[in-house]
Amino acid sequence: MLQKTDQLLGTETMSEEINTDVLIIGAGPVGLFAVFELGLLDIKAHLVDILDKVGGQCAELYPEKPIFDIPAIPRINGKELCDALIEQIKPFKPSFHLGEMVTTIENIGDPLFRVTTDAGKVFLSKAVVIAAGGGSFQPKRPPIQGIEPYEEKSVFYAVRKMDAFRGKNLLIVGGGDSALDWTLNLQPLARRLTLVHRRDEFRAAPDSVNKMRALVSSGAMDLKIGQVTALKGENGQLTAATIKGSDGALSTVACDAMLPFFGLTMKLGPVANWSIKLENDLIPVSTATFETNVPGIFAVGDINTYPGKLKLILSGFHEAALMAQKAHHYVHPEKRLVFQYTTSSTSLQKKLGVA
Amino acid sequence: MPKITYIEHDGATHTVEGEAGATVMETALRNGIASIVAECGGGCTCATCLVHVDDAWSPIVGPPSAEEEDMLDSAFEVKPTSRLSCQIKVTDALDGLIVRTPAYQGR
Ligand SMILES: Cc1cc2nc3c(=O)[nH]c(=O)nc-3n(C[C@H](O)[C@H](O)[C@H](O)COP(=O)(O)OP(=O)(O)OC[C@H]3O[C@@H](n4cnc5c(N)ncnc54)[C@H](O)[C@@H]3O)c2cc1C
Ligand code: FES
Repeated sequence: MLQKTDQLLGTETMSEEINTDVLIIGAGPVGLFAVFELGLLDIKAHLVDILDKVGGQCAELYPEKPIFDIPAIPRINGKELCDALIEQIKPFKPSFHLGEMVTTIENIGDPLFRVTTDAGKVFLSKAVVIAAGGGSFQPKRPPIQGIEPYEEKSVFYAVRKMDAFRGKNLLIVGGGDSALDWTLNLQPLARRLTLVHRRDEFRAAPDSVNKMRALVSSGAMDLKIGQVTALKGENGQLTAATIKGSDGALSTVACDAMLPFFGLTMKLGPVANWSIKLENDLIPVSTATFETNVPGIFAVGDINTYPGKLKLILSGFHEAALMAQKAHHYVHPEKRLVFQYTTSSTSLQKKLGVA
Repeated sequence: MPKITYIEHDGATHTVEGEAGATVMETALRNGIASIVAECGGGCTCATCLVHVDDAWSPIVGPPSAEEEDMLDSAFEVKPTSRLSCQIKVTDALDGLIVRTPAYQGR
């Protein structure tokens, strides 16, 4: 689910700075619509999202479910809404940085922000729009007693550098595409690879499953049906894992590293470290401008809070429109803002490519 | 109205009135049973609404669909009687249903 190409190539790609008017954190429906409202005011945007696709909750949690309360659209499903938003913002040519998480925001000007991602990208932006929704989608952590000390030492939820696993005894847990893809990619490097899954059926792409089964029958790797129940090791270095088979029998597999793939869940994530005022893990904003307590940093959509806030897509759209007015003040301080309608303004229509 | 009993991992027991047609997940949320998270709101895409159906009730509730079985791969400590509660519709035949909720739903 998380973007793999980046990870396969290793991620020390670049640290050249990318200049933008506005950086939008989160490409959910509200982050996407913000591109439109900013675009009408000649403000260019880059967007970063942890997911490998746009659309946030609508795309990840309910792509097939119909939504009935988008004004003037009686019925549209999550995926269709995202597709329509992408179509709507096309004229403004936003740049997407998918499969990356924004980790830090530094205020370095008046205002000017230096924003970095976990893939090492650096943005210089005149304003920042946090559209982080329910928080970042992050890998689920298995409820194995005492797993914490091993995390990032010998238990990993993502592969950053394949080479780190060369010559190791590897345990991969899961039955979806991430588990199977990494099984196939890491098997040639590993000393011995064991795939553990709770049942002898896999929801991953049939081609990957066939390849995995061929490796198992040729003796090149092991497949165990069961669930990991305990870990053994010291100082964060795993030495073995206990697996409970579907018949309840316990067995032990020696391993140096474990990669569990149990899908994603939403956690607040790095937003908590940005020294922006938070209230119950939400960002309080002014309802006139949707600016946070830090001038130049805005928060729109599910991540913000104010008296009467409703976590609805339509509220997020409204917030984006008002946010853009104030963002204009930072991005084009020299320009006067004139209120215009898309129906009648030739200047807006030019931007939209229809005049 | 069919009664449903939720037993949480610490033994806390809640017997509530279900509404035929609603799901076992929705019934839990309406009654403030916090060990059902239901992040995706019933979309069968998050596996944070896991329950273990009481052994005696398991044959009556029935097995998961193929789609649900796939999603169970993202849940933890899955047992043969485990189901995603958003995929169980409350009916009069389920009056008296007992489900156990796990200590951890993945978040
Ligand atoms: C099952 C369900 C049904 C719903 N039905 C409706 C409905 O009928 N009508 C309605 O109006 N609303 C509905 N909602 C709510 C609606 O989906 C949300 O209000 C909407 O998605 C909020 O949009 P957003 O852009 O603010 O955030 P999100 O959609 O949550 O998107 C936020 C994005 O930000 C990314 N992100 C977060 N932190 C970072 C970071 N540090 N770096 C990079 N990326 C980051 C996340 O990965 C995510 O993709 C429903 C929600 C659910 C779960
Ligand atoms: S509520 Fe998400 S799978 Fe049931």
